[in-house]
Amino acid sequence: MSQVSTTPKPRRNVELALLLLALAVGIGANMMVGVDQEKAFDSDFWFQSSLLAAAALVFHGVLRFRAKYADPVILPIVVALNGLGLAMIHRLDAPGGDTGNNQLRWTLIAMAVAIAVVFFLKDHRILRRFTFISLAASALLLILPLVPGISAGEVLGARVWIRFGSMTFQPGEVAKITLAIFFAGYLSSNRDLILLAGRKIGPMQFPRFKDMGPMITAWLVSIGVLVFQRDLGSSLLFFGLFIVMIYVATSRISWVVIGLALIIGGGFVAAQVFAHVQQRVYGWLNAFSPDVYENGSRQVIEGLFGMANGGLVGTGLGQGRPDLVPFANSDMIIASLGEELGLIGLFAVVLLYLLFFTRGFRASLGTRDAFGKLLACGLSFAVVLQCFVVIGGVTRLIPLTGLTTPFLAAGGSSLLANWIIVGLLLMISHAARGPVDTTPLPPAEAAAAPGIDTPTEAVKQS
Amino acid sequence: MNQAIRHAWVAAVAMFALLFGAISFVQVVGADDLKTNPLNQRAILQNYCNDRGAIIVGGTPVAESVQTGSETCTFQRTYPQPELYAGLTGYFSKNYGATGLEQSMAAELAGNSDQLFLDRVGQLFLGNQPKGASVELTIDPQIQQLAYNLIPDGQRGSIVVTNPKTGAILAMASKPSYNPNLVATQDAAAERANINELVKVPGINLNQNVSGPTGELLAPGSVFKLVDTAAALASGKYNKDSVLPNPAEMSFDGIQYKLPNYAGGNCYTRDTATFAFALQQSCNTPFASIALDLGRNAIADQARKFGFGEDVGDQLKLGHALGNGFPDNLDAPGLAQSAIGQKDVRATPLQINMMTSAIANGGKQMQPNLIKTLRSPDLRVIDEPQPQQLRTSTTPQIAGQITEWMASAVSEGIAKGAAVPGIQVAGKTGTAELGNGTNNSWFTGFAPANNPQVSVTIVMEGVNITTGAQLTSPNAKKIFEAVLNK
Repeated sequence: MSQVSTTPKPRRNVELALLLLALAVGIGANMMVGVDQEKAFDSDFWFQSSLLAAAALVFHGVLRFRAKYADPVILPIVVALNGLGLAMIHRLDAPGGDTGNNQLRWTLIAMAVAIAVVFFLKDHRILRRFTFISLAASALLLILPLVPGISAGEVLGARVWIRFGSMTFQPGEVAKITLAIFFAGYLSSNRDLILLAGRKIGPMQFPRFKDMGPMITAWLVSIGVLVFQRDLGSSLLFFGLFIVMIYVATSRISWVVIGLALIIGGGFVAAQVFAHVQQRVYGWLNAFSPDVYENGSRQVIEGLFGMANGGLVGTGLGQGRPDLVPFANSDMIIASLGEELGLIGLFAVVLLYLLFFTRGFRASLGTRDAFGKLLACGLSFAVVLQCFVVIGGVTRLIPLTGLTTPFLAAGGSSLLANWIIVGLLLMISHAARGPVDTTPLPPAEAAAAPGIDTPTEAVKQS
Repeated sequence: MNQAIRHAWVAAVAMFALLFGAISFVQVVGADDLKTNPLNQRAILQNYCNDRGAIIVGGTPVAESVQTGSETCTFQRTYPQPELYAGLTGYFSKNYGATGLEQSMAAELAGNSDQLFLDRVGQLFLGNQPKGASVELTIDPQIQQLAYNLIPDGQRGSIVVTNPKTGAILAMASKPSYNPNLVATQDAAAERANINELVKVPGINLNQNVSGPTGELLAPGSVFKLVDTAAALASGKYNKDSVLPNPAEMSFDGIQYKLPNYAGGNCYTRDTATFAFALQQSCNTPFASIALDLGRNAIADQARKFGFGEDVGDQLKLGHALGNGFPDNLDAPGLAQSAIGQKDVRATPLQINMMTSAIANGGKQMQPNLIKTLRSPDLRVIDEPQPQQLRTSTTPQIAGQITEWMASAVSEGIAKGAAVPGIQVAGKTGTAELGNGTNNSWFTGFAPANNPQVSVTIVMEGVNITTGAQLTSPNAKKIFEAVLNK
């Protein structure tokens, strides 16, 4: 692995300045919503704004203290996105509605958990010890929504929710993190085997069947999610995540080819066998026919109408009618933003995501251990895939599937999971940008996988 | 590994490039199509209470926004002659969307079209209320009223009157009609109740952007023989003096079915017929034999050239059903029946009128046009559609020959009722059996035959032979007189 070296600089003051800008965006948007509803600057507004600002500044403080070399751009980007989401959800709240406050509560919880990740996880490499525990946790999390008693049953055609008392939670959101940890751990330990053993057919080297094990497992997991939970989006997310991670681990394009073949094969079979997949595809292709509109495509079509209505500059916050779109504050929040902030505003939002995942990839390039590289790359790509599936679905680039928009959409589980990703990426970027850490890992790790974390210039690929 | 990470990043950026493309497409490139989509209620909700432009016929508004005096909703859309123009204006409803011109001209009427950009800038700086452009139609109010009155109440039927040389629509009326004011009311409960009543009336389709003349696909019956005639002459196998077989019945190998001649005329008097005689008396077997001789494709090709199953052009600004053209996969009896406009041949009254007008206009089919001028709020003309040729249907020679025979059908044949003293009228009747003892009765023709000024198509649905004859040719005469005596 070649190193991308940077002179270690903390750049925490840059982060503070950007953070203030990000808070200004989120709180400013919320203020405009308030102005529009003619109830600006009441005590609620100040209370909510100061909570968000305080949480962001506490996070910043913890970074100064615990991870001073962490990437200075990540936190401000996420605070800006989260703040915009809060403003939009608040704006969409019907009089007396509580979704906005609920989202704020979840934001604070999620930020607290992310702060805890930064505070307690001194070194991301420790997570590698939990490789197989993560696999077990992923399996458990994915099975939970099917277990009678805690399952929240079928919500909008998908069984992805669980219920504790009055609270509902989507365990699949957290599963993407545990799966990324598992893949990163497994692949960083076994990449040499996968890489060197195998048969060459034509220009491509194919791996041995027994090394295909996790690949097959991942494929079965994603098909299982599709079949039992009827969740096309998560299924795509998990499988795409795995393909990218195994590609990065091995630099072998053949994995991508096999993976895409499996996706296309699986997708083709799914479209033949499962009525709901068939319906999705038909509804996507014929979305504008009045029959389909009445029985399924209404959501995406109304979203498109909203975005078209917004045009280049948007109607302005509070001036459009995003409330005409079903699920305007969750699945369709991108359409709501597109309508009121226009093409320009939505481009800015998508650019924020682009910057965010680019910083994640940058951390992946910079960190020195294979596990960290794979984990950062995998988590970043999970965000990419999620954005692509959601925004692509809303703009009718691909069929709409039920994934949440990271940091923007109303929903606690999604916020929590994505903020944990932020915490992990910050820690990995801290390792990447900081001075070389020469402290050896605790002995348990070294015994489990000898020699893996020594710099591996010897097996440098391509 | 770092190289692979960079590749993954490039893939991620490529995916995001697709997203940027998709967003641009939805919000800018394809936004106008989305805004004018009939399913889209936003435009209506947003400017429901604005001062929309009027739809004007002969200087009088047939759809206008009037001040309500209410604070919350300052303007209300009203239709002063509701039933007469419902098929053209459509309605503008807060909860049920818009249809007709209210829908297709929504951007202009609301003042959002690009042509009104400068007006919008002006409104912005002067703080004026937004006001839409007004749309003046080519419709002649007297002819429209006459046509509407000529369809008896309770009778389903359509009348289309056009200028064959320009494609301008002078009248387009149909019954049953409805009162768009009932649907445009601000009282949501009343609106729902009214709609629930209206949808029970057969022949009113509130959800579609079409009315009878443009939306109903009907069996054309014998007026389709004009297509056979044009196809025959174009093939070179026939000329004006050709002698056609005219048996009383045509039989087919191996089946019982026999195709008879039209019982109402004088076809039975001859075993063979000239084109002139066959068209005058509307005999069936000569045209069936032409179709069997030329084959399905020749007839289908000529039908397409006359506009069957084809686009009507974008000047109409109303929804239009196209139909499937001349049917495919026909056996001999099927081809014979199709050739006389029965079986599965279907056309809208407007399509039949366009065919007739093409014959009247020397084979050149014009785009049907409903919009005379588009005026900005300060009455400046911002658009004035010019006549446009849609396609060439046949040669001037063939058109002239068919005109001559159509004229003889009026002067000597079964379309006599359409004759106007002192003016040569060209016409063709049609009677399409519906299989339940009733017929669609047609007349289509134009006048004067040597210099056509007006082309008239009338169809009465579900009538017996006598009523059909009374309601078509004689009514065409009244319309010819009204237009030509102006």
